[in-house]
Amino acid sequence: MIRFEQVSVTYGDAAAPAVQGIDLTVPEGELCLLVGPSGVGKSTLLQAVSGLVPHFTGGTLRGRVTVDGRDTRTHPPRELADVVGTVGQDPLSHFVTDTVEDELAYGMESLGLAPDVMRRRVEETLDLLGLADLRERPLATLSGGQMQRVAIGSVLTTHPKVLVLDEPTSALDPAAAEEVLAVLQRLVHDLGTTVLLAEHRLERVVQYADQVILLPAPGAAPLMGDPAAIMAVSPVHPPVVALGRLAGWSPLPLSVRDARRKAGGLRERLTGATAQGHGGAGATAEAVAVSGSAPAVISGLGVRRGRVEALRRVDLTVAPGETLALMGRNGAGKSTLLTTLAGMHEPTSGTVRVGGRTPHRTKPRALLRHVGLVPQEPRDLLYADTVAAECTAADQDADAPAGTCRALVSRLLPDVADGMHPRDLSEGQRLALALAVVLTARPPLLLLDEPTRGLDYAAKARLVEVLRALAAEGHALVLATHDVELAAELADRVVILAEGEVVADGPTGEVVLSSPSFAPQVSKVLAPLPWLTVPQVARALEARP
Amino acid sequence: MSAPRATRGTALHAGAWWLWALGLATAASRTTNPLLLGLLIGVAGYVVAARRGDAPWARSYGAFVRLGLIVVAIRLVFACVLGSPIPGTHTLLTLPEVPLPDWAKGVRIGGRVTAEGMVFALYDGLKLATLLICVGAANALANPSRLLKSLPGALYEAGVAVVVAMTFAPNLVADVQRLRAARRLRGRPDRGFRALLQVGLPVLEGALERSVALAAAMDARGYGRTAQVPPAVRRLTSVLTLGGLLGVCAGTYGLLSDTGAGYGLWVLLAGLAAALGGLWLGGRRCVRTRYRPERWGPRACLVAGSGIAVAALMIAANAYAPDALHPPAVPLTAPVLPLWPALCVLAGLLPAFIAPAPPAPAPRGHGAGAPRSAAPFTKEPSR
Repeated sequence: MIRFEQVSVTYGDAAAPAVQGIDLTVPEGELCLLVGPSGVGKSTLLQAVSGLVPHFTGGTLRGRVTVDGRDTRTHPPRELADVVGTVGQDPLSHFVTDTVEDELAYGMESLGLAPDVMRRRVEETLDLLGLADLRERPLATLSGGQMQRVAIGSVLTTHPKVLVLDEPTSALDPAAAEEVLAVLQRLVHDLGTTVLLAEHRLERVVQYADQVILLPAPGAAPLMGDPAAIMAVSPVHPPVVALGRLAGWSPLPLSVRDARRKAGGLRERLTGATAQGHGGAGATAEAVAVSGSAPAVISGLGVRRGRVEALRRVDLTVAPGETLALMGRNGAGKSTLLTTLAGMHEPTSGTVRVGGRTPHRTKPRALLRHVGLVPQEPRDLLYADTVAAECTAADQDADAPAGTCRALVSRLLPDVADGMHPRDLSEGQRLALALAVVLTARPPLLLLDEPTRGLDYAAKARLVEVLRALAAEGHALVLATHDVELAAELADRVVILAEGEVVADGPTGEVVLSSPSFAPQVSKVLAPLPWLTVPQVARALEARP
Repeated sequence: MSAPRATRGTALHAGAWWLWALGLATAASRTTNPLLLGLLIGVAGYVVAARRGDAPWARSYGAFVRLGLIVVAIRLVFACVLGSPIPGTHTLLTLPEVPLPDWAKGVRIGGRVTAEGMVFALYDGLKLATLLICVGAANALANPSRLLKSLPGALYEAGVAVVVAMTFAPNLVADVQRLRAARRLRGRPDRGFRALLQVGLPVLEGALERSVALAAAMDARGYGRTAQVPPAVRRLTSVLTLGGLLGVCAGTYGLLSDTGAGYGLWVLLAGLAAALGGLWLGGRRCVRTRYRPERWGPRACLVAGSGIAVAALMIAANAYAPDALHPPAVPLTAPVLPLWPALCVLAGLLPAFIAPAPPAPAPRGHGAGAPRSAAPFTKEPSR
């Protein structure tokens, strides 16, 4: 269905091609997963299928890409619109119209289909994707998962033979991601659509894939094959595969179900060993509340944003050196809680104290020393046009001695040159730079909103190390995240929010084990044993050979 | 006849709402009687309250009302400070007058403020405010982008550009707010003009990136596919459109000047016909079809008709009772509500009863107010 013949792509004046030596065929009706570390050219490969590379992005494409027999060199993206449907990571930038039904019809209108055909297909697609109740809703009022389903539906109505998706679940909470994946499953099984998909969060998708294409490193030739075989050699892999590799299972399990069947022996070996805490250096919240030195104390907090009550009766105390993960579905109030701690909203009821001060009444310059927030889009914090200028500005903002920020950057990002533009950094590097800028004022309380969005496993591992070191130095960390694996690895305590209220609050082990949607893969495999992450299991196995 | 629930199938043609609103606006432009203007505002407001949905654009009505109030206020301040050409005897207060040089004769800053001048300014401002509120009502009842769907095929691409530009503005405002809030996190003040200037560049960068992403998405979804048209037809299209537009210009000039009144009308009509022919031929290049176009049914006729009737009756009333429609500011008199014109205005209420009623508001939590609110997930019927 999709054929790459000796394809290489070189952008503009880049010295080396973004991808090269691609020579592979994706057969019809398969769900094919594209994996690899950041920056190996996954998006380039996907855009080459829809013809956006090179017609829209520029650059030189050597070799030949054919989709359903059409050569992308002679067919611009609009001439491929009836064969290939493309959905990106951010559905909002994909929408042209303003209601669900119009959006579904837009592609068909462009192709000039007859009105009765359009009507029939819109109805079918509404049913297929479970969108019938939402048909007249304005797009701006949908939740993240609903938007992503509409975006998929909007390209399905033209009955494409190939569906190309770039990180469709990265921005979604676990439940919404399952919604989207269930839809993809149905398309492959019921309609025989060929799906080519790139995703960083492999733990969500790898068990559904028929084939995996691995781009191991920039410029390296791709490997394609059976998911289990590729996962055995892949530098990026989900925790369940890491556990399988650790325990030496063959073939490697890809889903929790497969792993549980093989895990009997491992569970026996681990019974009796005690799960070692991770981090866990923080004093207990109660002890600190008494002494009054907690970095953040929230009591009876309520916040309204417009007509929506974003938070209701929230009580929370964060101890020094404690790492706390805030979880919950999109729109549950996680970001509002963080921004309230940073003084960006005035509470409608209750009190917030950060380092003994009321954040929304404190001058930003003074508040900087008590709390630092890295927002969901770290780019929002960066204004200067070089890394060095950004560091100088951060030193001035925080009244820190010159060079403080640069020293932090060198620690977090050893290989970044002074003259680079923040925009040219990768997602992970940009996050590290924003983190360094915030840390320049040495705030005892550090807040991070969705820090792992768009990070590959290597960047995530580096981030975990950095954050652990910060916690050990006594910084209190609060992370708002959908990433259950990150929470399991890093957090001492997990707080789950729903509709603006705290519905669970306790040590990570207890909270995530009691909730199937927030449990990490390792704990699902080893339940009822209390292990959460692969490194924990590895340590326990080393201790008891 | 009772009104059905508004769904996509029964929704009123957007053009009908705009004709209705423009009818009310025309009526408003024909009177300065504050009671009649108030009645027009009331009629528009009542219909909006009865028939608007809960979409984001439906909430723009409030913004238009505020804009109208600002217009009235500005008109009053100007009349107060710059004086008014209306001669008046009732002095309200005297502002210190700024002496101006000789060449600025006729301009006055400060000085006497008369009750007559202020009343005249109030009537005038109220008229403008009513016009704005009528446009706001149309905007709230029918999304302007729905109106663009009724454009001929040849103009479709220009229409999309307008729609995209319109959705762009709210995004830009949201970006500015987000980035100004982010400045706080760097310990810099988030208010003031400097803050706005410093976020300017990142906001524009973000906007540019979003536009490029949207352009890529539209291209991949088949935007701009064209049909093959013989070169002769293409050339004829250009000739007709250009020639037609020239004819329209020449004809209008002829009509407005003294000399060309004889041929002006004919040139104008011929030009118009040629331009329409060009548009129609141009539409053949476009392969697009329309999904569920709105139908112009009897209800649409009635709604549009009620607006046109209000306008026509008010124009007729102007000939019949001009004094009642334009209460004089000198001498000061209390305006009276003329009975027949007032009844005519009430004809504009018809849509509140015959237009399809909006669906019941979504239950709380569906968050019509917030894009990020927690809408309950609709589970798949089968896995």
